[in-house]
Amino acid sequence: MRLVPDHSGRIRRSALVEFTFDDAPVKGHAGESLAVALIRAGHLHLRDAPEDGAPRGAFCCMGLCQECVIGIDGLAVESCREIVAPGLVVTSFRGRA
Amino acid sequence: MMLQTDIAVIGAGPAGANAALAAARQGFSVMLLDEQPLPGGQVWRAKSTAILDAPATPEGDAGDRLRQSVKRSSVTYAGDARVWQIEPVEGAWQLHMLKGGRTAPLRARALVIATGAREFVQPVPGWTTPGVLGLAGATALFKQELALPGKRIIVSGTGPLVFYVAAEIRRLGGEVAAVVTPNSQGDWLRVLPAMLPRPDLLMRGARWIADLMASGVPIHWRHAVTRVEGGSRVRGVGFRKLAPDWSPIGTSQGLEGDSLCLGNGLIPAVEAAQLAGVALAYHPELGGWVPRHDEDGATDVPGVFICGDSAGIRGAAAAEIHGRLAGLCAAQHLGADTRKERKQLRPIHARAARFGTTMTALSIPRAGLAQLTTEETVICRCESLTRSAIAAEIAGGARSSNAVKSGLRAGMGACGGKFCQTTVARMIAAADGRAEADVPPPTPRPPLRPVPVSVLAGDFEYSDLPIPKPAPL
Repeated sequence: MRLVPDHSGRIRRSALVEFTFDDAPVKGHAGESLAVALIRAGHLHLRDAPEDGAPRGAFCCMGLCQECVIGIDGLAVESCREIVAPGLVVTSFRGRA
Repeated sequence: MMLQTDIAVIGAGPAGANAALAAARQGFSVMLLDEQPLPGGQVWRAKSTAILDAPATPEGDAGDRLRQSVKRSSVTYAGDARVWQIEPVEGAWQLHMLKGGRTAPLRARALVIATGAREFVQPVPGWTTPGVLGLAGATALFKQELALPGKRIIVSGTGPLVFYVAAEIRRLGGEVAAVVTPNSQGDWLRVLPAMLPRPDLLMRGARWIADLMASGVPIHWRHAVTRVEGGSRVRGVGFRKLAPDWSPIGTSQGLEGDSLCLGNGLIPAVEAAQLAGVALAYHPELGGWVPRHDEDGATDVPGVFICGDSAGIRGAAAAEIHGRLAGLCAAQHLGADTRKERKQLRPIHARAARFGTTMTALSIPRAGLAQLTTEETVICRCESLTRSAIAAEIAGGARSSNAVKSGLRAGMGACGGKFCQTTVARMIAAADGRAEADVPPPTPRPPLRPVPVSVLAGDFEYSDLPIPKPAPL
């Protein structure tokens, strides 16, 4: 018996658009946060910690921890504060330490 | 030309937005700044434009009401604006904000700080694994994107937030592997009398817990997740029973899941107040270090006011009233007479704060929880510094947060120490047998948020900035 209803079938989202993450095609809803689109596509490992090379991904989800930083147009930006747009070219900071 | 306003408000959650509205109603020009696109703060975070339609929630409705109020007011809202420096200039306050890839100054005669809170997470082995999110962090995904961090999610932490997170996961169609919480059922029974003034919240919480029990989701009371398994992504966790002081006892049990939401209460975000020169006081019952302020939010620094969770964790309901008090206080500073209205608001705030601080008390970690951080556990995520490395620095003579920071770079990384300094300060206090009140956080340095070097080197155009609407006569 459920006392908290399942609302997942009642959520309407914007159209899916395609962008790339380290050259792999990824689909996300236009306007949603890049971190969420990457998580949904199974890309949790976004960067390696610079000191020990350990895998890292989105953690605080509010622009503080810098763990979800990815590269767009040569700039390091927080994927939790970036927005999915068609044709976006996103690079990870994996294996670059 | 310099952007000018009577009152600048940093943070547009329930506290800051209400401060802005209250001050604007007194006839002052008010600029409300937030790093999110829309007002709401973390608690009433707005949905992204990717959500075209979704069932209503109490948080969404409260946020929509606030956003409407701001829109209809004379308050100028600047979203996606990150304040990174605060300095006194010629008897006013000058803020530097990053907006649209450029940085620009804003000068205000009075400043209201409503920067909210951040999450405390007691580090456990593997907490840096991709797929581990903060408990409050997970709610940002729920509210903004109605999205989940995984399919089978383990929810672990203190206070009411674990049950809200578990309920939201189920509402959004996910599976809760288990709820693991250091609080006991007895802890909750003891606070029931304090919750009675808010029967709506009491019933909502009871429904969340009843739903988990009716659906067969295990709730491990007085337990904590002690390690995360998986390496490059979460595969599961180990968890253990806790003693009454929350130190781990008993054998480790296992749980499988593809993500973990982990959090141990909130900490006031005080860096902006520190930069403005406001002294801190230690109030563990309010979440730790709190900018010194009176009940209306006036600080020791003339023209600087503080409200909401950044003045001590008292929750959203109290923050709304505290924001109005601080906004009226700022108006008083600029010449309005707001004494009568503030007198009426104070008892309302006190009542809301009593409920909020009861929830805070459930969320604050007890001393034994620090034992979850083993010698090999990374404490400083930015610099990958383990507990043993930091302990060695402390044993070598570093006796303050500043000393550990300069000696080891713990707290000097990209996050600015936001996720390690509390743990480091407690280690310093414990090493010397000192009180936590004797180990203040490090001296804050600008930038408060990362600023790209290209932005600092480049210039900006004033035409890119919103011009404050004139105050109503």
